Amino acid sequence: MEEKRKTERNASGTRLWLGFALLLLALLGFAVWNIVAGSTALSIREVFDGLLNPSSPHRVIVMDVRMVRILPAILLGGALALSGFLLQTFFNNPIAGPFILGISSGAKLVLSVTMIGFLSRGIAVGSVTLILSSFVGAMLSMGFVLAISYQVKRMSMLIICGVMIGYICSAITEFVIRFADDSNIVKLHDWAMGSFASIRWDNIIVIAAVVLPALVITFLMSKPIGAYQLGETYAQNMGVNIKAFRVALILLSGVLSACVTAFAGPISFVGVAVPHLMRRLFKTAKPIVMIPACFLSGAVFCLFCDLIARTAFAPNELSISSVTAVFGAPVVILVMLKRQKEGGR
Amino acid sequence: MNGTYYISAERMTVGYDGKPLIENISIGVRRGEILTLIGPNGSGKSTILKSMIKQLRLIAGTVVLDGKDMAGLRERDIAKKLAIVMTDRIRGELMTCWDIAATGRYPYTGRLGILSKEDKAIVDEAIETVHAKDFADRPFSAISDGQRQRILLARAIAQQPEIIVLDEPTSFLDVKHKLELLDILKHMVREKQVAVIVSLHELDLAEKISDRVVCVAHNRIDRCDTPENIFRDDYIRSLYGIENGSFHTLFGSVELPAVSGAPQVFVIGGGGSGIPVYRALQRAGVPFAAGVVAESDLDYPVAKALASELLSVPAFSVPSESDARTAADRMRAIGRAICTVPAFGETNAANEKLYEAAKAAGILVSADAFIGRADA
Repeated sequence: MEEKRKTERNASGTRLWLGFALLLLALLGFAVWNIVAGSTALSIREVFDGLLNPSSPHRVIVMDVRMVRILPAILLGGALALSGFLLQTFFNNPIAGPFILGISSGAKLVLSVTMIGFLSRGIAVGSVTLILSSFVGAMLSMGFVLAISYQVKRMSMLIICGVMIGYICSAITEFVIRFADDSNIVKLHDWAMGSFASIRWDNIIVIAAVVLPALVITFLMSKPIGAYQLGETYAQNMGVNIKAFRVALILLSGVLSACVTAFAGPISFVGVAVPHLMRRLFKTAKPIVMIPACFLSGAVFCLFCDLIARTAFAPNELSISSVTAVFGAPVVILVMLKRQKEGGR
Repeated sequence: MNGTYYISAERMTVGYDGKPLIENISIGVRRGEILTLIGPNGSGKSTILKSMIKQLRLIAGTVVLDGKDMAGLRERDIAKKLAIVMTDRIRGELMTCWDIAATGRYPYTGRLGILSKEDKAIVDEAIETVHAKDFADRPFSAISDGQRQRILLARAIAQQPEIIVLDEPTSFLDVKHKLELLDILKHMVREKQVAVIVSLHELDLAEKISDRVVCVAHNRIDRCDTPENIFRDDYIRSLYGIENGSFHTLFGSVELPAVSGAPQVFVIGGGGSGIPVYRALQRAGVPFAAGVVAESDLDYPVAKALASELLSVPAFSVPSESDARTAADRMRAIGRAICTVPAFGETNAANEKLYEAAKAAGILVSADAFIGRADA
């Protein structure tokens, strides 16, 4: 018995190291692939040259075309997956996520209004303004979803309400964009569909300054998150201050998804699919494993999807959200089917 | 008054959304003692428990834990003293039973909650205490309710508390597991001097394990006393508002109401032999007369509850000649008799006469004739 348990624990330890090695390898692999692939294909040597030598002829392509897209894909992809994991924990609902619950769309709505308001007066919109307005929108949607979650206990109902909130917000956004000046429309429209294309270096610094601390804070909260997974009653008995914890969880997931929406627009299904795949890969839901795993694989997933978005129908570019949907939505369907089979709600 | 109480509620008013449900509750439990809450469904047992473990906001009054007002204690400090086993369905996604039990170590681990060697040993020991070693590595979602309840108890034990609060821990368990669970609790109380507050539905078990019993009914604490003073037939009947049927303290069991109507059969019983037949006739809906039983006889409480007519004599007395004659007359008038007594001796000579009279009159029948189980 003891022996068996020991070997089982060792096996899960091995799974842990292999899993993280795999994720890191995939991250590196897709990052490299993303740098070399594109309308101008580069060799690895040219990439290094572009990265290290400021006067290299490849400098512009490597740094200002490719890297400027890869870094946000990594940071924002990770943020999305993490936000999804937090929301799933919060609502005890395996298919919760920022997009599906309408949080991204709420952020998009307030953001569009803000941008149009600023641009029509000829004021440039800074990164901080983007994030703040996006955060306000995310919190508004979250408020609705929370209010609904107190009314309905069925997980499918919560999701349906979230999707409806998402549609309402998208419709109003569409409406608002129609009233914007012509010159703004193109940019807004691109962004409203979801894309990593319009992010600049100064944005990236702000993104990193928001996402990385949020990641660290979330990781440091993995203990109470683990307690919360057992349910509120037990979490409280374990010494978790439930009220403060719930507020922290909402703020963190809100900041993360707002940051994504502010710079890349709404990106669908990453928040739902990635945490589920990671639970499968690591065979655990322990936050101490899931938090880094979700972040890494969210980054990998978005790098992969952005690669397809850029190259599949080049020179035409797909919106990132349509690619993530193609790969993410089936996962959601699988999760629901599995729950059904297990007699879940 | 609470000098020795480990945890006590003092003039506590509990309820939901600021609406008082039960007011002015003052109860407490010492270490090494089991305090049991009984009472009808919806009387507020869970509400009291939830209020005492800080799960519900108190409307008035205080809860004192180890001499300190609980409202001022940090969650983490409370967690080191108080463990719970509640009715909430625990989620535990992708967790083994061992993992669930290990969550009891939460208040003792560091920032990231990593278990030390010592923590693991404590969890192993807790698992052993509840005899759950065999399924410790199985997924928590794949075990039975009884096993789940044991794991939750192991979790509480691993928390190394001074008090355990349990809300209806035996509700979904079969007899064996009920006994096992309560036995483990009793051990914890005796050996580790833990205090226990538990709500129970099973009055017989409550009577057996409790040091003191709190009766919750009609929106108040009806009584708080020793089991000896609580478990009295009349009191339990009124506590639960039992109008049809009865409760027997001695057996700790309930009986359904008697079948009314003219007796169709006379049951000659005594010494406990009559009980199964009384109950069988009650189930079959056959009104019957029972006799002759002394009030000290094992059969008496059940006969009293179920027979539509009872011929009895005072406790520890032997039926007289005339008692036997009256009974025989009545028996012949009813026209059929069942004898359940396996053997006759000095004290039931009257029933022997009754038996012989029935045989002589040719009215002796088997109980099967009435319960429609001729094949049994």
